[in-house]
Amino acid sequence: MTTATLDTLGRLESEAIHIFREVAGEFDRPVILFSGGKDSTLLLHLAIKAFYPAPVPFPLLHVDTGHNFDEVIEFRDRVVAQHGLRLEVAKVQDWIDDGRLEERPDGTRNPLQTVPLLDSITQHKFDAVFGGGRRDEERARAKERIFSLRTAFGQWDPKRQRPELWNLYNGRHRAGEHVRVFPLSNWTELDVWNYIEREGIELPDIYYSHEREVFLRDGMWLAEGPWGKARDGETLQRKVVRYRTVGDGSCTGAVESDAADIHAVIAEVAASRLTERGATRADDRLSEAAMEDRKREGYF
Amino acid sequence: MSDLLRLATAGSVDDGKSTLVGRLLYDTKSVLADTLDAVHRASADRGLATPDLSLLVDGLRSEREQGITIDVAYRYFATPKRSFVLADTPGHVQYTRNTVTGASTAQLAVLLVDARKGVIEQTRRHAAVLALLGVPRLVLAVNKIDLVDYDEVTFSRIAKEFTAHATALGYTEDSVVEIPVSALAGDNVVEKSANTPWYSGPTLLEHLENVPVEPDPHDAPFRFPVQYVIRPRTAEHLDYRGYAGLIAAGTVKPGDEVVVLPSGRRSTVTKIDTADGELAEAAAGQSVTLLLADEIDISRGDLISVAGNEPTVTDELDATLCWLAEKPLRAGARVLVKHGTRTVQAMVTDLRDRFDEQTLSSVDGPSSLELNEIGRVALRLAEPVPLDDYSFSRRTGSFLVIDASDGSTLAAGLVGAPLPLLENGVESCTGGSTATPDDHALVSPGP
Repeated sequence: MTTATLDTLGRLESEAIHIFREVAGEFDRPVILFSGGKDSTLLLHLAIKAFYPAPVPFPLLHVDTGHNFDEVIEFRDRVVAQHGLRLEVAKVQDWIDDGRLEERPDGTRNPLQTVPLLDSITQHKFDAVFGGGRRDEERARAKERIFSLRTAFGQWDPKRQRPELWNLYNGRHRAGEHVRVFPLSNWTELDVWNYIEREGIELPDIYYSHEREVFLRDGMWLAEGPWGKARDGETLQRKVVRYRTVGDGSCTGAVESDAADIHAVIAEVAASRLTERGATRADDRLSEAAMEDRKREGYF
Repeated sequence: MSDLLRLATAGSVDDGKSTLVGRLLYDTKSVLADTLDAVHRASADRGLATPDLSLLVDGLRSEREQGITIDVAYRYFATPKRSFVLADTPGHVQYTRNTVTGASTAQLAVLLVDARKGVIEQTRRHAAVLALLGVPRLVLAVNKIDLVDYDEVTFSRIAKEFTAHATALGYTEDSVVEIPVSALAGDNVVEKSANTPWYSGPTLLEHLENVPVEPDPHDAPFRFPVQYVIRPRTAEHLDYRGYAGLIAAGTVKPGDEVVVLPSGRRSTVTKIDTADGELAEAAAGQSVTLLLADEIDISRGDLISVAGNEPTVTDELDATLCWLAEKPLRAGARVLVKHGTRTVQAMVTDLRDRFDEQTLSSVDGPSSLELNEIGRVALRLAEPVPLDDYSFSRRTGSFLVIDASDGSTLAAGLVGAPLPLLENGVESCTGGSTATPDDHALVSPGP
């Protein structure tokens, strides 16, 4: 048996497992943010591998806007049951009902997630919060640390961010503060999909192409749901689409795609990023990828 | 060949580093269209005929204005041959802090110089920091070669001078490559340039794609800091007791004799476990779980080492610190030291010398170490810790110095004195030396 050099995915996996174990060793009450979306499903998969054959020593937390796709919530609950995990759900609706939050005029609930998230962190005294954020998502995230210190108000104080040296993570924090931890920091979108394929990780069906009634708004194909319906002048059409991200239905658009399985999705993502080098122009697919990436939504 | 390369960039702002990084991202099609659109628009607004690629990187300027002082940015690009994780370390005032952070994980560093200025003081400083941190390979990108009319003599002179400096720092000749480039015009960055017919070497990207990387010291003695003890306590795994960690150096097989430090107890590896099944062998860089033949007390912070070639267990050490905090270090300071998975209390008992950036030599007995300064210190630890020399193992020879009161990271610590110039100065560059008796072996960076 030879000692294989780890490939890119092997290195990323090993790094993520190392991060999970560091947090388990140094924090009292970690939690994994889990929505049933692809990045958090990947996070959970890595956490399970990190502590095998013991169960994952953390609970999960989902800040539920109430605007999620049914398929994703069903998937979320099935995964939680399958692995015998504990899931805390912070429902934005509860915060609206008791007056701690107010519905926005545009009906979008993405920005409303922050308060339930911070309230939950305080209530459960979570000191480490795993998120699926990646540095390749946008330029603003390129400087994010793997261990990102937050104040008692959940604020990110740039002046207190620490240099990250070697693979020595400094998770020290004061009482009431917490650390956001990003095990997928060094993964790209394509790495995520390649790893999902390699590991055979199941995702909600809506990541793969399917027929759906959608309408066009602001250049995005939106579906009707509890978050709203097509307005005057917006017509429902039956399209073959898939979602590249899943989140609040009011602002998560589908893309027209016939990528029905993981191989087709990887081909699509790869084509939008890894075109032949040497050419100097971005093509239309690249443009589409960028549009979608901009619409990524999440807690971070 | 590994398909992932971690690299860092270094150079002063005017050397065109942003443009070079922008060029790499742009020519490898790693830029998303919305970003690109913004660059095209901004360039057009400035009346430029071609896009200013530095804007791809300089979007972060606004963050600096908001007060971010540690600004290593990570960028990702890929070609069919390799994936790259690039730590982009801006070369302004806080160069050491940034360069140290970027260099700590880099397998290769790209240093930029302006062809009109050649090797300047900052180039030598950067190279010294990269050597100190043990970055195995260097590339000197001689940028703006178009502004010296693609002159071969100019390039050769710079290349020769840099090679001499790098050699003095311990680099072998084949670990250093100089490339004439124009980031602005694209010469020899991705495409071979017709303007430099006298240059037969690779383009920058070709070199990055093909350079051998020694990602982890496989042939080094086995080192395994225990992160976490896995005890499922389930019916199926009632007696399972596994030690989880990332192999810091070397390889391990079932049957290997190991010693647990600092206790010194010995045992035998019975199983290397992962979620994907047992392994017949595992090597540096892999996250695994080890099971041992004997029931001995092992917890997070312990180090499992191959028996017979063990690190020194000591509560006193000589170390080199890169001081990263605003408040200066003085002798007598009480700090925390995080080494591997163990954090211990420590006291800085002596400041031995300071690396003088101007002369690239050492100054004995400084009264303090200030932000961005590098120096040798003596540390006393509250309990014995198993230590390797940094030059022997980057992972088990490195540590963090942490402020016990607010938890901030104060310094990057390297066991021993990994840089020859800290002992002897660099005669070839400075002509002078404040040599101290050489009680440390001169060592080369990297394997």
